[in-house]
Amino acid sequence: MSQKMSSQAYADKPARSANMKVVEGSYAVAHAVMCCLPDVISAYPITPQTHIVEHLSQMVADGELDSEFLTVDSEFSALSVLVGASAAGARSYSSTTSQGLALMYEVLYNVSGMRLPIVMNVANRALSAPLNIWNDQQDSIGARDVGWLQIYVEDVQEAVDATLQAYKIAEDPAIRTPIMVCMDGYILTHVYEPVELLDKELSREFLPPFQPENILDPSDPKTFGAFADPTTYTEFRYLQFEAQQKALGTIEKVAKEFEETFGRYYGGLVDSYRAEDAEIVIVTMGSVIGTIKDAIDAKRAEGKKVGLVKVRSYRPFPVQALRKTLKDASVIAVLEKDVAIGGEAGLLTDLKAALYNSSIRTPIIGFTAGLGGRDITIKDIRKIVEKADAARKKIESEFEFLDLRMEIL
Amino acid sequence: MEKSLLAPGHRACAGCAMPTTIKLVLDAAGPNTIVVSPTSCLEVTTTPFPESAWCVPWIHSLFENAAAVASGVEVMLKRKCKDTNVVVIGGDGSTFDIGMGSNSGMFERGHKILYVCYDNEAYMNTGVQRSGSTPFCAQTTTTPSGSKSLGNPRPKKDMPAIAMAHKVPYVATASVAYPVDLRRKVKAALRVNGPSYIQVNAPCITGWTFDAGTMIEVARLAVETGLWPLAEWVNGELVGVKKVRRAKPVEEYLKSQGRYRHLFKRPEGADILKQIQAMADANIAKYKLAD
Amino acid sequence: MEIKAGKLVDPCSTQITKTGAWRTFVPVVDHKECIKCNLCEIFCPEGCIHQVSSKDVDALLKYGYKPDQISSLPKDDILFVPDLNYCKGCSVCAHECPRKAIEMFLEEK
Ligand SMILES: Cc1ncc(C[n+]2csc(CCOP(=O)(O)OP(=O)(O)O)c2C)c(N)n1
Ligand code: SF4
Ligand code: SF4
Ligand SMILES: [Mg+2]
Repeated sequence: MSQKMSSQAYADKPARSANMKVVEGSYAVAHAVMCCLPDVISAYPITPQTHIVEHLSQMVADGELDSEFLTVDSEFSALSVLVGASAAGARSYSSTTSQGLALMYEVLYNVSGMRLPIVMNVANRALSAPLNIWNDQQDSIGARDVGWLQIYVEDVQEAVDATLQAYKIAEDPAIRTPIMVCMDGYILTHVYEPVELLDKELSREFLPPFQPENILDPSDPKTFGAFADPTTYTEFRYLQFEAQQKALGTIEKVAKEFEETFGRYYGGLVDSYRAEDAEIVIVTMGSVIGTIKDAIDAKRAEGKKVGLVKVRSYRPFPVQALRKTLKDASVIAVLEKDVAIGGEAGLLTDLKAALYNSSIRTPIIGFTAGLGGRDITIKDIRKIVEKADAARKKIESEFEFLDLRMEIL
Repeated sequence: MEKSLLAPGHRACAGCAMPTTIKLVLDAAGPNTIVVSPTSCLEVTTTPFPESAWCVPWIHSLFENAAAVASGVEVMLKRKCKDTNVVVIGGDGSTFDIGMGSNSGMFERGHKILYVCYDNEAYMNTGVQRSGSTPFCAQTTTTPSGSKSLGNPRPKKDMPAIAMAHKVPYVATASVAYPVDLRRKVKAALRVNGPSYIQVNAPCITGWTFDAGTMIEVARLAVETGLWPLAEWVNGELVGVKKVRRAKPVEEYLKSQGRYRHLFKRPEGADILKQIQAMADANIAKYKLAD
Repeated sequence: MEIKAGKLVDPCSTQITKTGAWRTFVPVVDHKECIKCNLCEIFCPEGCIHQVSSKDVDALLKYGYKPDQISSLPKDDILFVPDLNYCKGCSVCAHECPRKAIEMFLEEK
């Protein structure tokens, strides 16, 4: 058991219900959204998110899903529609990626500041320029400070399950914070995989109806979105900060509740694979985990003690959980599909900061790879392991582009 | 008059037309109304946390998305079978410029939303910069008069025509100086089963610089000169205009405000005055104001 | 004041801010000249001109009348009274009054 990631433990079991189907990732997510019974959906098409909203549109058109689906003029308007809908009491859903997420930027802050528990799937994709429609995670990592919770999923099943969990976390009165469920575009949105689709009844039991304290209502005419001056603004931000800290517990709690109802668990904040006795630990997020696990198995066969830590909750950043899981590593290598141009990269920077004031004095090196959809191969992971091994004695490079094509530079 | 649905204690400049406009709109719409407002003088002066001047439910999100936010509100009310008015009250900056995409989407989707623009013809909240609504040759802080400039080089954008191009079933222009007309138009708009747009001339004492107390008089002059026709369109057809029996010369209106002062000081101003008079004359002819 | 997540702002709550402190000039209504057209009430940006019965001494005191002024007001009448707690002294009412029944005076504070 200790050698398996928690999700793996369940995936090995035979199909437990008739809901196990081979479907497209986008369909599986759309189906999960349907099981969450959103009142209002608003989204704008952008590759590779499009299939999610097309499936939802079809479900609404077929009367399978009783939601208001608003087709709008932009992602900016899509999320803005949900501000109004959510303030009027609607469970609200959107999905986007890349340019669309960037266009939403101003609204993202607004939604979290107004404490509207909107859930959004981000089908992670690269940002222009140059224009590129393939997967990486620059889009949502770039939005790490907008006040939303961010969960990064590893496979389609987790995307499905995390979407249902997301509403329960977001709508918790102590949290009231929007969530992005981030899934790698194409790799997870367009893949056909056996997925256990959510059971509608069980989902309804798991997720209570949305009951906000205040809504726009003439019988109790409150003002939403007032203007705060320096005497109060800090406290509004502090409350958001505090809610994210509380969410560390809620994310874990909801993951456990989900396990009780549905029998699947992915770790709440973090998860690990063969990490207990690992000397070299790779830390990462998202779908690349499958490849890393294969590489780890191979390395283990060669006698190298390599393990993996998966960051599932990137916001809130699980500082304590990471300190605990990483305390015995002798070297840490962070692999991520984003780059903070002018700095290093999001996960690397956050992890270093998380460990700095702890007793952990392990060398940490970072790699960006897979930008704009470039494949991350087992060979790449082997390279990481070798570099990490060497870094135990001397760090040659603190941060590098792992898969640079030197020949075209 | 019923108890006002806009409370006193708001922070609008003394003599601003915006609060009077809101009062009149709310008076006609009544308490069963939800208001959505974009960022503007209205927002900062009426909702300084922890206070609000609004006695109806009110929401502000951003500068450019009020119509989209209102769409979300309206759709959720419909879902709950609630018959509540949804009214956007926003400035010309959000209406004519930055919120155009969101307005266009709302109009096109046909939501039952009344959009009221209180038009003070510039970005006042940020200190009187030009907007797409700023009239020809008016000075703002970004279209000042100078050796190479006579103020705003372009005429005002025709926002009612843009609304009508979306087949908005009810469109009207109104003025803070004509309260009976404004209230009637708000009531008519709220009866429409679809979007409606009312553009209200609402002078800004700070940006237009007129004498204390003359706010209503300035707004009235805009109508009496033919520069601001009070018109009403149903399904794109002009159904009513307020007649201006003997139109006043535009100079009377322009002279009442500091933003046009340069036209009376600089020699090139004379020609501009003729051009502005021609605009008023064109309105008078087009809307048959003088008949 | 308490700031709590999701706690919203109460309606009409700007009333706690007495914008009358902004005022330099104060409107004084000659009630005998007033023809009850209610234009001042409609146009006042503060919404602070109210119709008050001359018998409603409490309201008159609340809106800023001094006891000795109240005794000289017309008896048994509806008066248009600016609430001096909020009146910013913009003089729109004075300007719009068709009878010129409202006059602005430099206020002694
Ligand atoms: C995206 C964005 N750009 C700029 C601003 C700054 N801003 C706030 S209000 C405003 C002007 C508002 O003008 P208008 O809509 O005409 O309302 P007014 O203040 O004139 O009543 C501007 C430019 C902003 N809040 N958001
Ligand atoms: S700046 Fe103009 S629009 Fe803004 S509150 Fe003052 S008078 Fe009103
Ligand atoms: S002076 Fe202005 S604020 Fe005061 S009562 Fe008259 S209109 Fe209202
Ligand atoms: Mg303006």
